[in-house]
Amino acid sequence: MSSASATRPASSRSEVLGFLTSRLRQIGIFVALIVIVLLFQVLTEGRLLTAGNVSNIIVQNSYILILAIGMVMIIIAGHIDLSVGSVAAFVGAMTGVMVQDWGLPWWAAILLGLLVGAIVGCWQGFWVAYVGIPAFIVTLAGMLLFRGLTQIVLGNTQITPFPNEYRQLGGGYLFPQLFPAATSPAEWITVGLGLLTLVMFIGSQLRGRMKRAKLNLETEPAWWFIVKVAFGAGLILFLTYLLGVAPGSRGTPIVLIVLGVLVVVYTAVMNRSVFGRHIYAVGGNRHAADLSGIQSRKIDFYLFVNMGVLAALAGIIFTGRLNSAGPGAGNLFELDAIAASFIGGAAVQGGVGTVVGAITGGLIMGVLNNGMSLLGVSTDYQQFIKGLVLLLAVAFDVWNKRRARG
Amino acid sequence: MSTILEMRSITKEFPGVKALQDVSITVERGHVHAICGENGAGKSTLMKVLSGVYPHGTYSGDIVFEGESMEFKDIRDSEKSGIVIIHQELALSPYLSIAENIFLGNERATRGFIDWDETNAEAAKLLARVGLGDSPTTVVREIGVGKQQLVEIAKALSKNVKLLILDEPTAALNDEDSAHLLDLIRHLKGQGITCIIISHKLNEIKAIADEVTIIRDGRTIETLALATGDISEDRIIKGMVGRDLEHRYPDRSVAIGEEIFRVEDWTVHHPTDHDRTIIHGASLTVRAGEVVGIAGLMGAGRTELAMSIFGRSYGSRISGRLFMRGEEIQARTVPEAIRNGLAYATEDRKMYGLNLIEDIKRNVSAAGLRKLAPRGWVDGGAEHVVAEGYRKSMNIKAPSVDAITGKLSGGNQQKVVLSKWLYSDPELLILDEPTRGIDVGAKYEIYTIINSLAAQGKAVIVISSELPELLGICDRVYALSEGHITGELPIEQATPEALMVLMTKEKEADHVIG
Repeated sequence: MSSASATRPASSRSEVLGFLTSRLRQIGIFVALIVIVLLFQVLTEGRLLTAGNVSNIIVQNSYILILAIGMVMIIIAGHIDLSVGSVAAFVGAMTGVMVQDWGLPWWAAILLGLLVGAIVGCWQGFWVAYVGIPAFIVTLAGMLLFRGLTQIVLGNTQITPFPNEYRQLGGGYLFPQLFPAATSPAEWITVGLGLLTLVMFIGSQLRGRMKRAKLNLETEPAWWFIVKVAFGAGLILFLTYLLGVAPGSRGTPIVLIVLGVLVVVYTAVMNRSVFGRHIYAVGGNRHAADLSGIQSRKIDFYLFVNMGVLAALAGIIFTGRLNSAGPGAGNLFELDAIAASFIGGAAVQGGVGTVVGAITGGLIMGVLNNGMSLLGVSTDYQQFIKGLVLLLAVAFDVWNKRRARG
Repeated sequence: MSTILEMRSITKEFPGVKALQDVSITVERGHVHAICGENGAGKSTLMKVLSGVYPHGTYSGDIVFEGESMEFKDIRDSEKSGIVIIHQELALSPYLSIAENIFLGNERATRGFIDWDETNAEAAKLLARVGLGDSPTTVVREIGVGKQQLVEIAKALSKNVKLLILDEPTAALNDEDSAHLLDLIRHLKGQGITCIIISHKLNEIKAIADEVTIIRDGRTIETLALATGDISEDRIIKGMVGRDLEHRYPDRSVAIGEEIFRVEDWTVHHPTDHDRTIIHGASLTVRAGEVVGIAGLMGAGRTELAMSIFGRSYGSRISGRLFMRGEEIQARTVPEAIRNGLAYATEDRKMYGLNLIEDIKRNVSAAGLRKLAPRGWVDGGAEHVVAEGYRKSMNIKAPSVDAITGKLSGGNQQKVVLSKWLYSDPELLILDEPTRGIDVGAKYEIYTIINSLAAQGKAVIVISSELPELLGICDRVYALSEGHITGELPIEQATPEALMVLMTKEKEADHVIG
């Protein structure tokens, strides 16, 4: 096989196929998302990819995606967190009490809310990391505990309304009054942000490739690099068009910026920071990590603190979007976040998974939900289909692993 | 004397690899037939063909058992004919009783209900045959590995075994249990049971085998017979590696310098049973450029001593003092131990040494990652360069440092572990069974690496169950017995006999002043 490839030009079909199959595990999930988007675009006769609907998908799923970031990190370390929905509800309720009963300004409520999330994380991290109780049990208890606390805090009523500023995080758009559609052909802030993202994306890809080349490391084939960058650039431009230029566009959702920053920061943390690399090491083999001087307990503890903060953020965004904090808020969020992580390629045994994968997994579920709602599929069928997708995604992963081994 | 088994020109291919090529083997009834070969030579594949793990049709060639041509579809099929294989990793269910394990899948039952009296009575008879005195109702988890091995054999006997295949049966056993097992095999031979034994331990093969078949690179090299006086360790090794290993241990020039590391009065208690003392006041020193061995029988506390020194990874209520270059150091946690120049390469690299699902470079950098990340952010390029450097200098056989460590051979995995610890730049390396499960060729490479470390002025402690290995590579050997250091011998005075005397010395060790 190698002799054949040496004599023929690099772009022979079998080689391209071979490369794609070797990357199947990484790209499979993106292909799946694209296929699902195209499928629903056809089935809904073009109603999926409209300005208003894409905006909706982003805003409606933002809190699940934020939870999925923290969740995939916990899963990589070999744990699970069943409590995030209850924690999100609890923090939402606490911020409600802060603005309504204590009369705190919105920003103080948000900051204190994040702090409450961190404290909740410390509590759960303590039991998991230092007492050594399995995370499944600790967070199952947490799920009941914080749901109960939510109801106690709220006294079984809802808190509403919230200050306008507080609500921006969940449902706001960037300065819609600056370039109102009546006077301008495009929402220029969105277009500017889109172009900035584009430049940063292409720049970082090029820099990475040049660095690898300089160090004489194996690089991806040029055609693949071009396809990858062109695809990413196209996606950014299309999103910019939908959010800023297309008819009915409302501008950039504030939560998209929050989400974008989180994805970039956490991807860097997981790939390049010592903390992130230690998470993979602990998840891959805890004993070996301990004996390599990695303090796995500390890693576990901070992972739960991190999860607590992200759950708090999700709770604040959700509360802001609904403009109310209720006792049933965030119900089953944990299962969506866990499903997103596993659809995105995380392994149950730990050690494997990516933030981008989890986000893609979350988007797959989000698009499925949204597309089926557009088609008028009832929620019972939606549940059924989502369950099937989760099972098939993980089955694909298992099959793929076995294929790689055999 | 008749032939019980004949495997004729067996060829077995996996995608891209010919695992077995035209392998033939003839086993005489009532004999012990050993199969030798380096790791990956094809021994286990051959036994999987024989026992039906690879069913008829997936290989070519013939199996003739008791004069009949056999076409096994699966393991049950081969067991029905009386061929039973006992794998290296024992297949017992830890929370079931001995009797339940013996009859697992083969339960003594009437109309679907287990007859417990018969189960336990039958089990007791089988246990008597293998010389195990424990009650059949004992839970398997509570007996040692040696006894578990005997339960496996009792289980095989319950299936009316005619040909018993043992894959590395003594790999996890201590010397006493090993000796017992070999006795049992002789005893079974007397009862007419034929044995095929796969082993790396050449002295055991020499002691027990009637014939030895050597396999190399998926082919039969030769069969040696005890009757003709052919079986010698050197002859077997020559067949296994395909060349004369005149020197199994590399030559080294020793330049011993100042004392690097010293342990004084080190006492360690059991991690959960705090009153049980595991290490009693051990003291030892290692000098620069010196390779110091620790010899001890299984259970003497070798690994426990090493791990308790290395950041208190083992034990409780630890007391004693550690000195690095004459200055007292603390090593209460693993990070602190590493900071103070200690490194410990574990005896069980799969469980405790490597992240098997990650690639070579991330394993190499695991203990020294902060050196690649001055501000908390890892420099991926530098990491690659570092790992690539070790891949070349250690001769790690892998296409690139992006290869997953779980797919490497044992020898190459061990080189990754050593690279990890070298990159942490220690002054003292403790190597716990550095060549366990590694084939002869790779062992030589590991010894060479140890020598070059010593030549660089590092201090090295080697723990090994193989006395010849310690005698071959060390400058000085400490003997450990039941948690006591019972003596130290410079290499000139260290003979296997002298060491064995110290290693088996009992409580009077308290009076020996080291």
